[in-house]
Amino acid sequence: MPDKPKVAFYWCASCGGCEESIVDLAEDILEVAQAVDIVFWPVAMDFKRKHVEAMPDGSILATMVNGSIRTSEQEEMAHLLRRKSQILIAYGSCAHTGGVPSLANQFSKEQILRTVYEEAPTVVNEQKVRPQPRHPYDGTALTLPEFRGLVRSLDQVVEVDYYLPGCPPTPKLLKQAVLTLLSGQLPPKGTVLAPDTAQCDSCPRKESKPADLKITEFKRPHWTQIDPEKCFLAQGIICMGPATRSGCEAQCIKGNMPCTGCFGPTSRVRDQGAKILSALASSVDAREPEEIEKILGGIPDPVGTFYRYSLAKSLLRAKVTR
Amino acid sequence: MEDRPITDKLVTSADWEPLIVAFFCNWCTYTAADLAGVSRMGYDHNVRVIRVMCSGRVDPQFVLDAFAHGADGVLIGGCHPGDCHYVEGNYKTLRRYYLLKRVLRDLGIEEGRLRLEWIAASEGEKVAKTINEMVEQVRALGPLRLTRRFKEWDAELASIEAQARSEEVATHA
Ligand code: SF4
Ligand code: SF4
Repeated sequence: MPDKPKVAFYWCASCGGCEESIVDLAEDILEVAQAVDIVFWPVAMDFKRKHVEAMPDGSILATMVNGSIRTSEQEEMAHLLRRKSQILIAYGSCAHTGGVPSLANQFSKEQILRTVYEEAPTVVNEQKVRPQPRHPYDGTALTLPEFRGLVRSLDQVVEVDYYLPGCPPTPKLLKQAVLTLLSGQLPPKGTVLAPDTAQCDSCPRKESKPADLKITEFKRPHWTQIDPEKCFLAQGIICMGPATRSGCEAQCIKGNMPCTGCFGPTSRVRDQGAKILSALASSVDAREPEEIEKILGGIPDPVGTFYRYSLAKSLLRAKVTR
Repeated sequence: MEDRPITDKLVTSADWEPLIVAFFCNWCTYTAADLAGVSRMGYDHNVRVIRVMCSGRVDPQFVLDAFAHGADGVLIGGCHPGDCHYVEGNYKTLRRYYLLKRVLRDLGIEEGRLRLEWIAASEGEKVAKTINEMVEQVRALGPLRLTRRFKEWDAELASIEAQARSEEVATHA
């Protein structure tokens, strides 16, 4: 039997949701598993790094890496897998645009370590012990990866061929991506493997989105009785739809929750946060500074809202004075 | 826009000049800047003017991109409220300006680095005054220099790449 194409899955700074989404292929996973040889998948199979190191360079057809990059170990694995794979795919929002973890780019490494190891209410650490990259123990040195100063998307560390967006990507997109790879008819390098249109275009509520939005108040979803039929923005609830790529099958919207932007921007947009900022602010129904500021005051955390999944890949990348 | 070469790590006021990117509306502020030039009203030459058809054309991405490419300040000049050639453009700018200022503040860029000013075609003097004021204000804030900061942030990556390359050489030797 000829060798089946080899594929690998790896996770970096991730929550595990992307791994779940692979399992969510359900019976389709059999089809995928039959067509390919999974050579590395730490969450499900017992292959180690040394096995990957022993593979010839370029011997894996495609590797899907999920999670953003925060530690030196994740960087090393990204480099290793890049070398061993013909095609490297950033899988999910974190690998694609930094994801939720990159909201940590608003804080310095020191602030983060202090909060986590000293100040969190559930932490008792009187000696203020912090993890160290090297620690002598019993005649040997114990080592830990370096904690980097920034959270990065995969392509800020190594070259990436394709992107599968989403938090997490849908099984449908994954299946399509695998079939595309196997077909050998590869799209241009750098392609995001999802439609290049805005979420609003495929939204089941788009008919109720007024051409001229006039927002007089921003309402928070958990304080609001949400009309299940009407466009969220028309109800004054922030929806990232206008600045987000489609392809998720409007899962949140069908669940009566607004889009939070996990599919990232379309190819025409460089900075997703700036784009939604522009759309929302332009639609505020006021002309006087005080009135404008009052309405905009209904958005308590613009960075966390507009860049929920994309701060690492935004134009500024982080809080510039951390 | 290139980040000018700097020799030492601590940028002093002696080797740094503020760089301001100005987006001026074709119908008013740009014409006013022309008028200031023709009337030989001097203004600081630290400003690079970009003509746009309306201040409403200034996508917040342009402002962030200017900062990301090394601007220390960004100035937007548009027509007075009620005078917009396209009726509503400058009101859109005003609304975006307030929200953008909050985002910039939250991301560590001081308030004084972004300014919006209404300047009519006849107000050449106001152009000169606004630019001079802004240059002084940004000078007081000091360099922002994001191109340089980005390089510093990524210095922690370079070592890994060098290491990966040397390992590669070792395994192929
Ligand atoms: S703003 Fe949201 S709810 Fe409205 S049409 Fe767009 S995606 Fe749908
Ligand atoms: S609606 Fe928005 S947040 Fe929800 S899955 Fe789709 S892209 Fe992601």
